[in-house]
This record gives sequence, C-alpha cells and structure tokens, in this order.
Amino acid sequence: MSELRGIYTLWKREMLRFIRERTRLVSSVVTPILWLVIFGTGLGLSLGKQTGFNYQQFIFPGIIAQTLLFTAMFMGISVIWDKQFGFMKEILVAPISRLSIFIGKMLGVGTSSMVQAIIVLGLGFLIGIPLTIPMIAEALPMMVLIAVGLVCIGLIIASILNSLENFGAIVTFVNMPMFFLSGALFPVATLPAWLKWVFYINPLTYDVDAMRAIIMGSSWTTIFPFWQLVLIIVVFDVVMIAIGSYLFARTK
Amino acid sequence: MTYIIETKDLTKKFGSLTAVDSLNLKVEKGEIFGLLGPNGAGKSTTLSMLCTILRPTSGTAFVNGFDVAKNPSQVRKSIGIVFQDPSIDDKLTGRENLEMHADLYGVPKDQVKERIDNVLKLVELEDRANDYMNTYSSGMRRRLEIARSLIHYPKVLFLDEPTIGLDPQSRDHIWSYIRELIKREDITIILTTHYMEEADKLCGRIAIIDHGKIVAMDTPKKLKEELGGDTITVKTKNNDLFLRKIMEAGLAKAAVIVNDEVKMTVDGAHTLLPGIINLALENKIFIDSISLQEPQLDDVFLHFTGRALRDAKGKELSPMARARRH
Repeated sequence: MSELRGIYTLWKREMLRFIRERTRLVSSVVTPILWLVIFGTGLGLSLGKQTGFNYQQFIFPGIIAQTLLFTAMFMGISVIWDKQFGFMKEILVAPISRLSIFIGKMLGVGTSSMVQAIIVLGLGFLIGIPLTIPMIAEALPMMVLIAVGLVCIGLIIASILNSLENFGAIVTFVNMPMFFLSGALFPVATLPAWLKWVFYINPLTYDVDAMRAIIMGSSWTTIFPFWQLVLIIVVFDVVMIAIGSYLFARTK
Repeated sequence: MTYIIETKDLTKKFGSLTAVDSLNLKVEKGEIFGLLGPNGAGKSTTLSMLCTILRPTSGTAFVNGFDVAKNPSQVRKSIGIVFQDPSIDDKLTGRENLEMHADLYGVPKDQVKERIDNVLKLVELEDRANDYMNTYSSGMRRRLEIARSLIHYPKVLFLDEPTIGLDPQSRDHIWSYIRELIKREDITIILTTHYMEEADKLCGRIAIIDHGKIVAMDTPKKLKEELGGDTITVKTKNNDLFLRKIMEAGLAKAAVIVNDEVKMTVDGAHTLLPGIINLALENKIFIDSISLQEPQLDDVFLHFTGRALRDAKGKELSPMARARRH
C-alpha cells in the first residue's frame, strides 16, 4: 500500500514537471511537424515514389516512434538532474523500495512520452493521414509497449551517468543513430545485407515496423509476422525493466 | 538506559582511506548532539551511515533501536534528514514538496494537510507555501527542508550543516526553530557543523571528530573549562610590578607578559576583575586597557586537533589560542 502510494507520488511529480515545462511541450510538437510536413513533402516528391507508398503516410509511424524515443530519452535526463540537484537523495532515503522508485519514474516518463505521441497522432489526423478508430485502438496499446522499453533505455543510461554533458553525447550517439537506423524514413527490405544487420539489432526497427503494420494495414509487409514483432517488443521491455530496476537498486 | 543512537566501533572505509574509524557514540533521547569537525573529518560519512545511505564497513549502529544494516527501512521511518546540499524539487511548490514527502513516508492521508500546515507555521512559510521553490531564497529553502523533515514525526532529526552558506539573519532564524523544536517535540537532534558558534549555542553535547575519530566529547561548557579558564589581558604602565603583585596575591593560575601586556589565566574572570583593578590602584599602577576572553570552542577544537577549523573566525582566534596552549 505505502509502496503504491510512493509510486503514485513519484508519477505525479513527473506529471507536474511535464505540464509545467511548456517549452518542451511546444518543441516536441514542432519537431514532428517539421519532419512530417517539410521532410515528408520534400523527400516525398523526389524519393518517396520509390517506396511505393504515400511518403507522409509511410514516415508517419516512424515519427510516432521517434517522438516516443526522443521524449523518453530526454526525460531520462530528469534522473541525472535529480542526482545533480540532490532531489534523488530525498527519494533514496525515503522508506520505499528502489524498485518502486524505478517504477514510479518509468510510469511518469512513460505517461509523458505517451501524451506527446498522442499529440502527434492527432497531428497525423490533421495533415490527412487516413486514420480510423480501430487503427487508433490498436496503435495506443502498441505505443504503450514501445514506450516502456524506450523509457527504460533512457533511465538506464541516466542511472549510469552522473553529469549532463555526457547525456548530450548519448543523445547524439544513441538517439540519432537509433532513429536513422530504424527504417523510419526508408524501407529496410531493399537495403544491402551488411546494412540490414545494423537495423536488426536496433529495437526501434521493430517498433517502427509494428506501428507501420497498424497504420498502413495490409499494404505494408512486415520484417517478421506481426505476432513475432509484438513478442520481440515485449521481451525487450522485460529485459530493459530487469536491467533498469537492477541498476536503480544499486544507485547510491 | 537505552540510547536513541548507539554505535559500536562504527567504521567506513573507501578503498585505503578510513573515513570513519571505530566510532563509539551514545546519544540520549531529547539531546541536541553536535558532530563538529573540519571538512573531510568524517561527519557526513557518519551521518550517511546512520541514515542508511551508506553501509558501514564494520561495526554496528542502532537508531531508535533498529540496526542500520539489518533493518534500514525501520530506521528510515524513524528519522528525518536535512541534507547539506539542497534536495527539493524546484519545479514544484513548497506545499507540493511537502505533500510528496508525506506520501513517500506514508503519513495517514487524513492527517497530511494538518501536519503540513503545522510545519509550515513552525518555519513561518505559510504565505509562501503555494509558490514555486525557485522563487525561494536559500534561507527559505532550508527552512522548508526542515519543515519537510518533520512531517512524518521522526524520532531523530539529522541536520547536516543546516546553516552552511546562509546569511547571519537566516542562520539565527534556523537556530531558533531548532531550539523551538526540541522544546515542543519528542525528538532528538543530531547536527553536524563546522561553525563553532552554532555548536556552542545549540548543542547540549558535542563530539569533536578529526580523521574519522572522536577526539573529545562533552558539553561545550566542560570542553571549554578543560582548557583552563578565562584569559584576562591587562596593559599597564608597569607590567613587571603588576605581574609580581598578581602572583603574590594569588589571583591568577598563570600569568605571563606577552607583547607588552600581562596575560592571566583565571577561573571566573568576571568575579575576579574588580579585585584585579583594585590591586592595580592600591599599587598605583596605571592601567591602559583591559580585555577579557572566555575560551571559545574554536580554542577547544584547536586544542584537541592541533588545527584550526577552516573558517574565518577560527583563523582570527588562532594566535590567541596558540598562546594559551603553552
């Protein structure tokens, strides 16, 4: 009971901080618009035809995955901030288990990521992506599954690092490569074999693929059967939660 | 007699460095106990072990009857901590910070509001409760942290350098809250400080820690007395004669001429002063100046550690203290 209350209050804190950081909210909406409208239109006109799809519709699932990834990673920063500005101590000496602290953080960052991704989903509707209610009903739980793993990556990295400078490097060396090597912007199937490997070890590849299967329907051929994609994502989530809670338990 | 805090040979090693070395401490209920020492003496490490943040390398420590190594969650429920570094969330309001603390410590929900109002009143921050923390001054933040540490009714309150970096006015404020607390609540306070004045004014007992060991432990008064009383410094037109008369009259325990002044070590300077002045008048010795110095904790510290504390006041007083040691 008291553990649940602890988790709830840690989640609530993340929410309050999320709502109050307006600039981040605005920028997180503007970035996907830039990708979808400018990149989507520009590249769509020149290269998009080769994908054989409406290019905006093609990159839209990728942009949703990107939003989840970036938000999850950036909000992972909050653990470093908490460590640097001492708030972590207040949580660590409280009579609440480290696992609960990890879960509270994960739910908080996860909810924030979901809110942003849902905003992007709404944007998709505005720019004319053909979204249906059953599609959204399928996309939302999938987004939750995706968010869990990505949030854990952010929290794991932040629990290993101690300063914000390092986090900048992580964003450059983790966020960007993960996004570009995920098939969010171009199909993986037509790539040469040596490059495909890099995509296959990137968890975001499966996230993008699964989202695309939902939003583009039967016109999209997935890398693996859909149920296998879901299995991969779930297994990844479980492994990340295990590593994350282990690392949090060791946090001083 | 059971103690609220009891340590036996408490030791913490970081690699080859022994930060806390076989510490034996007994603190009674209701005390304000000070851990005094220069930076790096092992105060904060000791506190961290008592708060279950660090695990002892060896030895045991009991807080409120619970073993810090075996029963950390019970210890955590029994204690409140104000860290040396700020540990509040800037993006939240004062009240939100307090509510969060109440949730983390499982304060009964129907009591949360009342307790928060009470602690806010204690530190006089009722008017600012709904403002964001980043609008608070550092003194106000510290006060809010003290308020926060009291919400779950801790049996022991740890204050790690509670007034470090604060202006004198804020410091006075916080001292008065601490005194108020010990009067009103059933609480024991352990504070670390390297301000002598703070230890002297607040603490019933102090332990002087140096290199991870306790070098002296007693009431501030007794520690000062151990140095051998007050010093009276008199400058006269005939120091040699005055010194001889003082010794003949047996007024001082010791007296020497230093820098054209007669320095006397006495018990109870205030009562002896008229006699000393009379003695000078009787012998027609003209007095230029008199100054009176009670021993300071700085001197006690210097006496036991051979080092001055690293703050301005310690340095200022150290020549005086050095003279007294010989």
